[in-house]
Amino acid sequence: MTIIYQKSQALTDTPLSYCPGCTHGIIHKLLAETIIELGVEGKTVGVAPVGCSVLAYNFFTFDMVQAPHGRAPAVATGLRRALPDGVIFTYQGDGDLAAIGTAETIHAANRGENIVIIFVNNAIYGMTGGQMAPTSLPGQATQTSPYGRDVLAAGYPLRICELLSTLEGATYAERVAVNTVPNIRKTKAAIKKAFRLQLAKKGFSIVEVLSTCPTNWGVTPVAALDWLKENMIPCYPLGVYKDKIAGEAGK
Amino acid sequence: MAARVLMKGNEALAEAAIKAGCRHFFGYPITPQTEVAAYMAERMPQVGGTYLQAESEIAAINMVLGAAAAGVRAMTSSSSPGISLKTEGISYLAGSDLPCVIISIQRAGPGLGGIQPAQSDYNQATKAPGHGDLQILVFAPASVQEMANLVFDAFDAADRYRIPAMILGDGLLGQMMEPVEFPDRSPVEIPKNWATCGHENKREHNIINSLYLQAEILEGIILERYKRYAQIEATETRAEQYLTTDAELVIVAYGASSRIARSAIDTARNHGIKAGMLRPITLWPFPVKEIQAATATAKNILVVEMSMGQMVNDVKLAVECKLPVHFFGRTGGVIPTPAEVLQQIKALTTGGAV
Repeated sequence: MTIIYQKSQALTDTPLSYCPGCTHGIIHKLLAETIIELGVEGKTVGVAPVGCSVLAYNFFTFDMVQAPHGRAPAVATGLRRALPDGVIFTYQGDGDLAAIGTAETIHAANRGENIVIIFVNNAIYGMTGGQMAPTSLPGQATQTSPYGRDVLAAGYPLRICELLSTLEGATYAERVAVNTVPNIRKTKAAIKKAFRLQLAKKGFSIVEVLSTCPTNWGVTPVAALDWLKENMIPCYPLGVYKDKIAGEAGK
Repeated sequence: MAARVLMKGNEALAEAAIKAGCRHFFGYPITPQTEVAAYMAERMPQVGGTYLQAESEIAAINMVLGAAAAGVRAMTSSSSPGISLKTEGISYLAGSDLPCVIISIQRAGPGLGGIQPAQSDYNQATKAPGHGDLQILVFAPASVQEMANLVFDAFDAADRYRIPAMILGDGLLGQMMEPVEFPDRSPVEIPKNWATCGHENKREHNIINSLYLQAEILEGIILERYKRYAQIEATETRAEQYLTTDAELVIVAYGASSRIARSAIDTARNHGIKAGMLRPITLWPFPVKEIQAATATAKNILVVEMSMGQMVNDVKLAVECKLPVHFFGRTGGVIPTPAEVLQQIKALTTGGAV
């Protein structure tokens, strides 16, 4: 029998712990495929966050470290400095990266730390049961914004790619989404580009992936994909926010 | 034989770390430990190592976590308010069984407190260096020479037992200069087959983690760790006895306050007063048996600290409250004088041509 499709060799046989319809699984797959295609499984060390993807260390076949909440970029910095030839990435959600880990994120980017951050933005805290995140949309109802996010009291959605693109140390920042097949293909390309930049020792890359949370958004998986398109993308426009290398080449 | 050099305590800690094989230091400026970072910033590039100034003490301890996970000797340094910020990371390091060295040069607290020397982080270091059931090794040097020596011991013990180790000094020890001779010894090489340094397709993947969602599994891991703690208590406890053989009064003091107590004891002995001292060199594990042995002839115990008496209960427990345990200390950054301690010695002893 001819094998026409199989799961990536960089994924273990451990069943994923994500809810039905959650797009973390797609992003894991794209990441695992990238690591195999680049032939770097043996020198990769990933950093798992606190949040829904905390158990990511069980799902990949390469070495993994589980970091305190928000501290993944600092842990990755320690790994980076100790393993000059290692392939180092973090995988973080929006609560982890954009709230409690804001300082670590900004300073890792500003140092031009040669790491990749896969930033999964689903506009909510998923693991703890659907609380307002710094990325929640204006008016978005959550467990801790039951009347909808009031921007006058709770602030505005934090646009991480836009913010980090202002930093000289950041090499590459792109926002993608996994709501359609074409967008999934673009996400794969962005992740691969980020790792290629790291292998070329070009510095800090972040790929922000707009993702769904059907469980805590309270909608079906299919409706969640529509909700992402209709509500998240207008607030978080897709595209390349920083590409220092392409910019250099164009000069 | 290495040459004797005159150095600040903070600088001796840093140089000793380099000589003990540490090539990764992550720091943040805070008085009175900043010389550690400054020294590392100058020396690390000379030895091909990493000095990185983190954005916070929180980031610094997590950089240590990453480097330790990769299997290298890593260190950070701070003072009281900064150590408080590191407690989260220390708990994760302990929960992930990662070796590292943390320098704590105490200043007065609580809050921003002051920048004068203090010993008021004893409880934090020995009782709750982070959340959860955990201990870290705590070494308490009393001289610049001992600061250098204990850095070697701290790295070796941390690697041997896969546990964070702390050097608990204070602003007095960190800032003062004394002659120091760096020990000519190689780091103990312990294979770190658990490290997350890339499996190179030669082994299963390694995971550094402190999360165990099944209570029974987590309990089992903690019980295993406490067996290691018991082994540490049995083999790593250290203390110095000073004139305790016939002592009527035994002072228990560590670090800077032990130096002051020693001066007072010398004066007391000149006056015929039988005073001595038990100086803990490890604060965890605490020298329980050593205190019991040192107080065999004692009628009273006096604990001297630069705090409100954080070590007193440990001493009471050590002697099972069979002897009266008194306390004298100054706090807020005030350093007790030998004369003040001598006055306490006199009040607690009989005889002596004073």
